[in-house]
Amino acid sequence: MSTTSVLGGVVKRREDPALIKGKARYVDDVKLTGMLHAAFVRSPFAHATITSVDSAEASGMPGVRAIYTSADVRHLGPLVAQVAVGKARPLLADGMVNHVGEAVVLVIAETRAQAQDAADSIHVEYESLSAVIDLKQAASDAAKTHSDLDSNILITWTAPFGADADTMAALVEKIAEAKAREDTVTVSLEMVNQRLLPTAIEPRSVVADWNDGYVEMTIFSSSQMISAVAGAVGKTLGIPYNRVNGIAPEVGGGFGVKLNVYNDEILMPWASMQLGAPVKFTETRREAATSSIQGRGWLATATITGTRDGEVLAYELDGICDMGAYTQNFTVAIPFLGVFVASGQYKFPTRLKLDCVTTNTMTTDAYRGAGRPEAIYYLERIMDAYSREIGMDPAAVRLKNFIPAEAFPSAVSPVGFAMDTGDYATNLEAMIDSQVYRDLFVERDELRSQGHLAGVGLSTYVEVCGFGPSGLVDLGFSWAGYGLPSAFNGSGLVRVNPDGTANVIIGTGPSGQGHKTTWSQIVSSQLGIEIDDIRVSYGDTKDAPMMVGTFGSRSAAVDGAAAFEAAQKVRDKAAKIAAHLLEASDADIRFEDGSAHVAGSPDKSVTWAAISQAAYQPHTLPAGMEGGLEAHAIFSPANATWPFGTTVCLVTVDRDTGDVQLRRWLSMDDCGNVINPMIVDGQIHGGVAQGIGQALFEEAVYDSNGNLLTPGLVDYPLVTAVDVPLFELNRTVTPSDINPLGVKGIGEAGTIGSAQTVVNAVVDALAEMGVKHIDMPLRPKRVWQAMNEATKG
Amino acid sequence: MFPRNFEYISASSIDEAVRELGNAEFAKVMSGGMSLIPMMKLRLLSPDLVVDIGRVGGLDQIKDDGDAVSIGALVRHTQTAGSSMVPDALRQAAAWTGDVQVRNRGTTAGAIAHADIAADQPSAVLALGATMVAHGPGGRREISADDFFVDVMTSALEPNEILTEVRIPKSGGSSAYEKLGRRGGHTDYAVAGASAWVDKPNGTIQAARVALTGVGTKATLARGVAEALVGSDGSEAAVSAAAERAIEGITVLEDLYGSVEYKTHLAKVMVKRAVMKALAS
Repeated sequence: MSTTSVLGGVVKRREDPALIKGKARYVDDVKLTGMLHAAFVRSPFAHATITSVDSAEASGMPGVRAIYTSADVRHLGPLVAQVAVGKARPLLADGMVNHVGEAVVLVIAETRAQAQDAADSIHVEYESLSAVIDLKQAASDAAKTHSDLDSNILITWTAPFGADADTMAALVEKIAEAKAREDTVTVSLEMVNQRLLPTAIEPRSVVADWNDGYVEMTIFSSSQMISAVAGAVGKTLGIPYNRVNGIAPEVGGGFGVKLNVYNDEILMPWASMQLGAPVKFTETRREAATSSIQGRGWLATATITGTRDGEVLAYELDGICDMGAYTQNFTVAIPFLGVFVASGQYKFPTRLKLDCVTTNTMTTDAYRGAGRPEAIYYLERIMDAYSREIGMDPAAVRLKNFIPAEAFPSAVSPVGFAMDTGDYATNLEAMIDSQVYRDLFVERDELRSQGHLAGVGLSTYVEVCGFGPSGLVDLGFSWAGYGLPSAFNGSGLVRVNPDGTANVIIGTGPSGQGHKTTWSQIVSSQLGIEIDDIRVSYGDTKDAPMMVGTFGSRSAAVDGAAAFEAAQKVRDKAAKIAAHLLEASDADIRFEDGSAHVAGSPDKSVTWAAISQAAYQPHTLPAGMEGGLEAHAIFSPANATWPFGTTVCLVTVDRDTGDVQLRRWLSMDDCGNVINPMIVDGQIHGGVAQGIGQALFEEAVYDSNGNLLTPGLVDYPLVTAVDVPLFELNRTVTPSDINPLGVKGIGEAGTIGSAQTVVNAVVDALAEMGVKHIDMPLRPKRVWQAMNEATKG
Repeated sequence: MFPRNFEYISASSIDEAVRELGNAEFAKVMSGGMSLIPMMKLRLLSPDLVVDIGRVGGLDQIKDDGDAVSIGALVRHTQTAGSSMVPDALRQAAAWTGDVQVRNRGTTAGAIAHADIAADQPSAVLALGATMVAHGPGGRREISADDFFVDVMTSALEPNEILTEVRIPKSGGSSAYEKLGRRGGHTDYAVAGASAWVDKPNGTIQAARVALTGVGTKATLARGVAEALVGSDGSEAAVSAAAERAIEGITVLEDLYGSVEYKTHLAKVMVKRAVMKALAS
């Protein structure tokens, strides 16, 4: 039986024709009879008390159907979150606003323009308070973001994870001893990992439709976790889960911004119930910037103590992470994801302390990589600075400190997490032994001899993803807040129809990842049914198996594994039916080309159509066999997966302007087995581009009063295809041992492994001037300033 | 991203468009709409009336008009960038305006009339000594580029006047545009940009005009640079020295992309590069 022929092959994306022809349906395409439209009045202040709301003029404006304030929705409680630490977001601001862009008033009108006109005519009076914006000030508790919280520090994450006071004290002492040794150096840098706007090309959009005849709520939302949205709507509004139809149709980019339940996703269903009509809200690009979650926002000091010959004795990371004003889905857990990978691929002792502080800014949460790009950034920047300090090749220093391949499987990292599989040295050596890598240095040196400032940067990375074990619930990641019983499982349902085609319904929906293609490959590999005869659907809570969502590079490793196992169940049953029909032993049945045949007797065969027809005519089945030909599987992995890799780039810096030109990019990724190399490469392209975007261009800037100075794409220079070089990709393959596909996940690896590579390269280019670090984004002004300051001495 | 209510008229002639402009309290002219529409969608601008001149005939040509090259009001950035009649500084500035979609739709005259502080083409028409032709209720009038840019997004056009033509004199010499864009290289709005026109018939620069964009409130002539260039030999040393005078008379503004110190420095770099490029072409 052919089980792997279509796994690992370049199969063209089955989703593209609809996308290219403009036939794909997004939430904003949903137009229901009698549908009303929503607009919000949002706070222009970062911190203020609301003294009055005057909507007299607005309520008489054309088309206006309702105007709601917190008094109308307070009884529903605040927004539910998964990790409930800190201040939960009120559905509408209740007497106070805590960040610019916070929703204060909800207006419903017959058209979107009428709703916006009315919103513009509502007069809200505020009494402004001083805003807490600066991270160090926030951590000092000199002024409070929320007067009713004891401290701005919501939680402090430490590593090694779970270490008791004695263990921690012993580690601190050990590090102090290392620093005191005469043969060691200590290198330390305070670095900013700036806030970003996780800009999806499709802003978020919600349509809610309450039907009191059918007694069902239908909510369309551009969401990465539609089941949690459905659960939260049901829980908040008192509707059982089985009467909420959560539908995420085409989702135009996610990157974490749609991995949340937002107040508008509760308010539209509620308003639909109040008004007896469907209600739509589509955020503007500006609202996406000010009022959907943001990413990153760390200020931390990374310190390495090591010998002069490249043996690292200790790594320390002490920092502050910005949570924003309210905590939403994963907010305080994002830095915790950084804790998982704080020691990277290395074996050296690692100590970490991260204070998660609340400020008068928009909530932060998951943005592609979510905590891991930040952690790897600090680690790989300081590894580079240390290598430079001791004058060693940064690749050699890394090789010297890697966890050895022999420690796997299930090597335990210095911060206390078991990692599935890894072979870090082989991956890095594959990079440094490659011709392109050697060429890069030749090119750099040629550029230098021509008088250019040129540099090569290198970074390795490890990622934790594929969430994951249902035991994560015990660490506080619980979906129960959303009224959902499901933990971090994967699920998949496979059905073979009487015409020999198959339907696959999966528990995770794509926002560009190519699920239709990948799942067709997975199921085809088990059933031998042609890829084009397999239809993959998702994103509808009414019909789908119990599902979680798309995030943390988990879809293939968890839900893919579930579909794989469901397909195996179907295959096993089909083999019994085929054996019965062919009068053979089921152990001899092989599946190929849409048929089952007896091993060694290719002429003795029966098609999938015939098998399925038999399955749905149970009287033709073996005695006692249940009818039907479908199976469902839940997959709960024993661990997360831990991909890793190496990235290298070549830059030049314009001496006069500080302009950084990224000339070449090399990646050597290891995401375990690869289902579709083209899709994996595409994920790396997008991931690396976003890492480069952080390194060179992007920054969400709040001024000291809490105004977002970058609320649109004119002021937020989002990375585009013209800003990145051709990506020269390669890979090693170290299969995971915790799922049957041996896959790890690739959605975030590109982002995790890239921003620091660019900074390392720029520092390499400017090292001759004495530049040791420049904070991202490396806009020309910053690079020029760093050169200027370095040359002035 | 929803504009306030407004009236829309598609004019069939400039005269009709001018008449319509006089019929509303706050009317705006639209050609490509690449700046007007986003501003209306953000409600930064809410005109009562939009007068679309996009269907007026005869304005979409670049013509050789004797002593000048005439660029009609509906000539797209792409056309300007690709025309051998247009001097290099303006061609380059048009080529580096916006992105492909914007260049296919937006117009050179529109970008000039919009007078964005970081737009590329205003500096080019200044350096090239162009003349702006406007039509209003009183008929046709000419405005020198030197007098055209008044302040942040403010030109010398009256509210009921339409920029119908940009005339670039055929004054010989050579020209060039240089910029650093917000996303590095030439991408995005100019952090600083400079256009230069020089006439160096033999070993000495006889005439020069240099203009900056992105650093102050408007595209501005760098008269000090031109003054220093004239009579010099155009050597790198001479150009560097002249470029030192780049921001004379300009109040440099800080933004997210540059401090006053950086933009001051960048203005000099761009001026030097533009002049050297013009001299080399």
